[in-house]
Amino acid sequence: MKNLILKEIDDLIYGSLGIIIFISFFIGGVVAIQTALNIDNPLIPKYLIGFTTRQSVILEFAPTFTSIIMAGKVGSYITSSIGTMRVTEQIDALEVMGVNSLNYLIFPKIVALMLYPFVIAISMYLGILGGWLAVVAGGYTTSADFIKGIQIDFKPFHVLYAFTKTMAFAFILATIPSFYGYYMKGGALEVGKASTTSFVWTSVIIIIVNYIITQLMLG
Amino acid sequence: MIKVDDIHKSFGNSEVLKGISTNFEPGKTNLIIGQSGSGKTVFLKCLLGLHFPEKGRIIYSDRVYSEMNDEQKRSLRQEMGMVFQGSALFDSMTVEENVMFPLKMFSKMSKSEMQDRVDIVLKRVNLIDAHKKLPSEISGGMQKRVAIARAIVNRPTYLFCDEPNSGLDPKTAIIIDNLIHEITVEFNITTVINTHDMNSVMEIGEKIVFLKNGYKEWEGSNKEIFRTDNEAVTDFVYSSDLFKKVRQMYIEERN
Repeated sequence: MKNLILKEIDDLIYGSLGIIIFISFFIGGVVAIQTALNIDNPLIPKYLIGFTTRQSVILEFAPTFTSIIMAGKVGSYITSSIGTMRVTEQIDALEVMGVNSLNYLIFPKIVALMLYPFVIAISMYLGILGGWLAVVAGGYTTSADFIKGIQIDFKPFHVLYAFTKTMAFAFILATIPSFYGYYMKGGALEVGKASTTSFVWTSVIIIIVNYIITQLMLG
Repeated sequence: MIKVDDIHKSFGNSEVLKGISTNFEPGKTNLIIGQSGSGKTVFLKCLLGLHFPEKGRIIYSDRVYSEMNDEQKRSLRQEMGMVFQGSALFDSMTVEENVMFPLKMFSKMSKSEMQDRVDIVLKRVNLIDAHKKLPSEISGGMQKRVAIARAIVNRPTYLFCDEPNSGLDPKTAIIIDNLIHEITVEFNITTVINTHDMNSVMEIGEKIVFLKNGYKEWEGSNKEIFRTDNEAVTDFVYSSDLFKKVRQMYIEERN
């Protein structure tokens, strides 16, 4: 089981770092530039660019936007890999051998995705870094103003809120695609259809759970 | 020994198995034959415990499957080996890892003991140079042999094969048939094979169960199938001119 968990960490977490790093960095930059461009009133302090970037990235972009991307990348991978095992009778082979196939295939994925908050922490850091680089290099504000903005009125509870929903999303990312893969019927075409359906439902449930947690913790 | 006693299995309103009773003896290759849709695969899956009959009993050496608890069922499954139609090898594992998998899951052997057992089994199925290859890197016939090796590595009491010859050329099909038969006799396994292949029926069918529309239409040996007058059996088995001539010659020889 230990080897299976390590393999899943490699496939699901380590294998997703590249795309997460790339997306987070540029999204952070775009959020910062758009905020800067919308602040044209001289009475509004420039450090609000950093403040807004930090709040947007920590509260929403890193946990939720990244999870939707992961529903496409990791979710499709989980559904198609388990679905292919179903189609090619590998799951039946496990059952015939006396292996609890649900436990063997899905539990390691759930455990591996418990490391998902580390990915989101990286995403938060790089999003803010991307914002800082974009506005400083683009001449929208000074580095000092941006750093003042990201420090001002910081509430650690917001980070707790972000990581709470990240844990919920991690569980959704592991279980819903596994469900669609494990219980699929048919052949190769149905594997593709199951992957698409799994992505749609994983995204929908992430958005609904995001709303519920936000209402419960911040509302 | 597997005893099947009046099993019925339905899916929705469609009754697929309509009261099948038979025995499968150890050390013999038992074949289930019949047209597509006759219930062969469902019957085999009932024997494997992948489908649960609504009525009737399946008895494995005096143990009634439907009366077992989950732990006993799991323990019984460790006495079973299965060769799937498409081999069902784990894609991400090498040949050696595939064969070692049941040992890793259920035996208390040391790593070196497991390795020795895997080497013996792979040698037995004539695969000595494929240990480190992935299933995608070997031929269909080799994949079938790996599947057989994986099925027998735990020294099973019962071996089930679903269309072991499908997709293989005639020569490889005969090699696989003979290998299954030899292993059955060598390890005194109760082997049940689900097949369409008439060569298998003639070559290794020590006991043949013929299914039609969910009923057991006929049972007997490969010697008896030449003599039977059962119309459904003769229609199915001697549907080709070649087998009609073979039967004719056999009857003439006997007379």
